[in-house]
Amino acid sequence: MHYKIRQHASGPIFFLYFFLLQMNFLNFYPLSFYQDNPFNYSGDLLATGDKGGRVVIFQREQENKSRPHSRGEYNVYSTFQSHEPEFDYLKSLEIEEKINKIRWLPQQNAAHFLLSTNDKTIKLWKISERDKRAEGYNLKDEDGRLRDPFRITALRVPILKPMDLMVEASPRRIFANAHTYHINSISVNSDHETYLSADDLRINLWHLEITDRSFNIVDIKPANMEELTEVITAAEFHPHQCNVFVYSSSKGTIRLCDMRSSALCDRHSKFFEEPEDPSSRSFFSEIISSISDVKFSHSGRYMMTRDYLSVKVWDLNMESRPVETHQVHEYLRSKLCSLYENDCIFDKFECCWNGSDSAIMTGSYNNFFRMFDRDTRRDVTLEASRESSKPRASLKPRKVCTGGKRKKDEISVDSLDFNKKILHTAWHPADNVIAVAATNNLYIFQDKIN
Amino acid sequence: MLSKGLKRKREEEEEKEPLAVDAWWLDPGHAAVAQAPPAVASSSLFDLSVLKLHHSLQQSEPDLRHLVLVVNTLRRIQASMAPAAALPPVPSPPAAPSVADNLLASSDAALSASMASLLEDLSHIEGLSQAPQPLADEGPPGRSIGGAAPSLGALDLLGPATGCLLDDGLEGLFEDIDTSMYDNELWAPASEGLKPGPEDGPGKEEAPELDEAELDYLMDVLVGTQALERPPGPGR
Repeated sequence: MHYKIRQHASGPIFFLYFFLLQMNFLNFYPLSFYQDNPFNYSGDLLATGDKGGRVVIFQREQENKSRPHSRGEYNVYSTFQSHEPEFDYLKSLEIEEKINKIRWLPQQNAAHFLLSTNDKTIKLWKISERDKRAEGYNLKDEDGRLRDPFRITALRVPILKPMDLMVEASPRRIFANAHTYHINSISVNSDHETYLSADDLRINLWHLEITDRSFNIVDIKPANMEELTEVITAAEFHPHQCNVFVYSSSKGTIRLCDMRSSALCDRHSKFFEEPEDPSSRSFFSEIISSISDVKFSHSGRYMMTRDYLSVKVWDLNMESRPVETHQVHEYLRSKLCSLYENDCIFDKFECCWNGSDSAIMTGSYNNFFRMFDRDTRRDVTLEASRESSKPRASLKPRKVCTGGKRKKDEISVDSLDFNKKILHTAWHPADNVIAVAATNNLYIFQDKIN
Repeated sequence: MLSKGLKRKREEEEEKEPLAVDAWWLDPGHAAVAQAPPAVASSSLFDLSVLKLHHSLQQSEPDLRHLVLVVNTLRRIQASMAPAAALPPVPSPPAAPSVADNLLASSDAALSASMASLLEDLSHIEGLSQAPQPLADEGPPGRSIGGAAPSLGALDLLGPATGCLLDDGLEGLFEDIDTSMYDNELWAPASEGLKPGPEDGPGKEEAPELDEAELDYLMDVLVGTQALERPPGPGR
């Protein structure tokens, strides 16, 4: 992979030649790219979930000589209602159908499987294609009516006839009633048999085949709720070591646990925490240190955490401090009180790696998202909006003016729109294709070099 | 949208200063804040945090992360205000009624106890719904409502300072909870076939033996009342 670097008026700024591939007008989040499998003949898939409990899956167009311009476009492959609003009679309240997370399972046959979860219930969905229909049954007519067996005088072999491609989504497993608190993460294990689900205080381990029980592997609920000072904010399995997982907390710590050491992983194997910088200490120190997302690198050697103002890359072998810290929007540090007042300080941003772990991406406000190249140490701010995206034209880097004279094309901190937040982003596991969920739109950007 | 200034609607007496110098909310120990008037500003931030705490608790199912972060921030603010209240009067006029400040100085312990009780009350409400869970955690639910009244009284003292925040007192938060439901042994984990928890503790006066018909009737009543407000979902 190589990037073009263009001199900008204010100095060399690194950016990828990303351009807007397409935009879909729906409230989409979260996002999950499907890992491209050489045996997957149906191509790349992108799954998204929305507030209404719906899951929409996009499929990437294969290269088609008759329509060369559509190559790489993502078309709707399947839409289904994953979760419905439920009513908890015990607590007298409604359980939202909003999808919190979606995770694909590795493909094992022609069908695709994904896990989707709302606050309380996880569901395993099977997405399968049907492009053939059997005709000529012996025991039933073409319209489905059963035939009287005694009237059958001759046997025939049903034949398969082609039909229009139909993509069906069917719920295969429902994993319910295991979480008192709101589920914030699900993560499929590298053994392809188990997965974990995490809520504010507990993490459960499931077997994909078994729905009536789960193992509780982390429980940080204090005996006395008065002593509660910390909650679990995210959890993920290691990409290769099936016995290792991490979970992050609202106090900015990450614990790595090894399931081989004990059944209940309340005692961590590793504890990652960066000592607080005394010069920047404030009443909001804890809130901005709260980790909103944790992601292992594809290599499994690093992990990345997102807190309110920065993204940190940790080497799993070093617990004392991160190996890299990237500032997402440091200019907000002086505005923390206002952001506390309007609750923006509690926003939970996600982050993601590119396929080679050389770049990371995360969202910000004003429909901005940030990319950091770890090799060249350069970063760029891009915008996901209709106004700033011309079809097939590269995205222009954006810059926020923190004080003093505002240059042309710069935007001042006070003009930022804090209602336009990009919380969910995803990077294709192999190509430079990214998906960005901004307010009511899903944006898919692609690198020109692709 | 970010507002340029921090306009506090409730405390008209306080100076409405824009947050041009946002350093005022820094830890009083910080050198840069030495000149700023911490007492007034902290009181404003304190009130804001209390407001957020109440708002969070009033949700039918509070966001635990939000709640914990707000409570921890509130504790930090409170810890920094306590020594400040003992200092000689700050030159700039403390325009706020300072009822909150005076109360803080005298009822620190009561405040943290009441905040802790708030969390505990929350846990009792949460604990009641843990019937299907394998872990039986909280104490007898009967204790929660009884214990709420005296400990929440301390926070009632903040009523005047926080204005219309506490219209009918904090007990109003729990008015609509029908405690007779929670005293019912029906909801104990034992009925789910799991190990019986402390819910069957001494807090219960009676030990009703409900049969299927009564359970059905109870469910109908619940569904019936809820149907008035909104149609029930597909059920569990």
